[in-house]
Amino acid sequence: MLRSVLLIFFLFGAGATMAQDVEVIKYPQLGAIINTNEDGIKVINFWATWCKPCVEEIGYFEAANSQFRDKGVSVILVSFDFGKDVEKKVQKFIDKNDLRSRVLVLDETDYNSFIDKVSPSWSGAIPATLIVNSKTGKKQFYEKTFKEGELSEVIEAFIN
Amino acid sequence: MKKTISLLVLLAIVQVSAAPFDGGYEVGDIARDFQLKNVDGASVSLSDYKEAKGFIVVFTCNTCPYAKLYEQRIIALDKKYKGAGYPVIAIQPNDGSLSPGDSFEAMQANSNKKGFSFPYLLDETQEIARAYGAARTPHVFLLNKESGKLRVAYIGAIDNNHQDSNKADKKYVEDAVDALIASRKVPVTFTKAIGCTIKWSGT
Repeated sequence: MLRSVLLIFFLFGAGATMAQDVEVIKYPQLGAIINTNEDGIKVINFWATWCKPCVEEIGYFEAANSQFRDKGVSVILVSFDFGKDVEKKVQKFIDKNDLRSRVLVLDETDYNSFIDKVSPSWSGAIPATLIVNSKTGKKQFYEKTFKEGELSEVIEAFIN
Repeated sequence: MKKTISLLVLLAIVQVSAAPFDGGYEVGDIARDFQLKNVDGASVSLSDYKEAKGFIVVFTCNTCPYAKLYEQRIIALDKKYKGAGYPVIAIQPNDGSLSPGDSFEAMQANSNKKGFSFPYLLDETQEIARAYGAARTPHVFLLNKESGKLRVAYIGAIDNNHQDSNKADKKYVEDAVDALIASRKVPVTFTKAIGCTIKWSGT
């Protein structure tokens, strides 16, 4: 009994204070995040656990998430992992790397229907990153892998 | 001095890595021919296909999950349209040193295992992927022969459901080839899809 109480405490208590839980969404939910009227700047990175260049730059996004949080910037990692891999791969990746940024899995099939809505300059290749100030409508889009130090420079420039 | 050189090298890298997204063909452009090594060791050019009415050129690879999901559909496209004069020509553009699963040997093994009925060519210098403007795998460029020239008739995805071809209600490439065969206007000439970025050398 004590053991199961401890186990439950461990599972739920730990989950709340440590790494994030992955959320599965459809495009309209992402569209709402991009076009919301709330304050704040969002750095939305499109990635997948199977995408090597994406995984290599995740650390920069994690660093930016803590570095710029008090400046009203939040990092959102939007994964294109397939539905069956959400627990097996994405949640495992989050836990293993102790990710603190919000992680979403975009479970869509008709890609052509929303890529231009994120940015007309996006070919569809990942990694890709959208920085947006929803309130002012200011947007910047990058279809590339960031190098060390480059992402924080880009965010810094966007804020100022 | 050393600093200047490294700066120059850095600039060169930045320029090269920026190139793939700027250039490339748009629908209506004339596409260039090429000479690339096939998995059987032979060299393949589009001009070798005297009887072809056009080509379904697919930039694809062994390793990208999307390329894998579309592999059987690429084989099916070749089966369906080769006889009508529009064969599939698959080109693997990734740098094998950055993506070992896409080495020439790995391409040979994959082609043999899956029984590819079409050429599977290595774009070793990535010159063709750059010239065409391929950005991801898989990325289709449908070419139509018009008075000896190869005009780009469609650029984009194979269909609109990577997970399940039976659930795809828009078969972009099939619709486009069917239109060319029937001398109709191609209904949708450009689409986008999520795909794996091409592993460019020097990035």
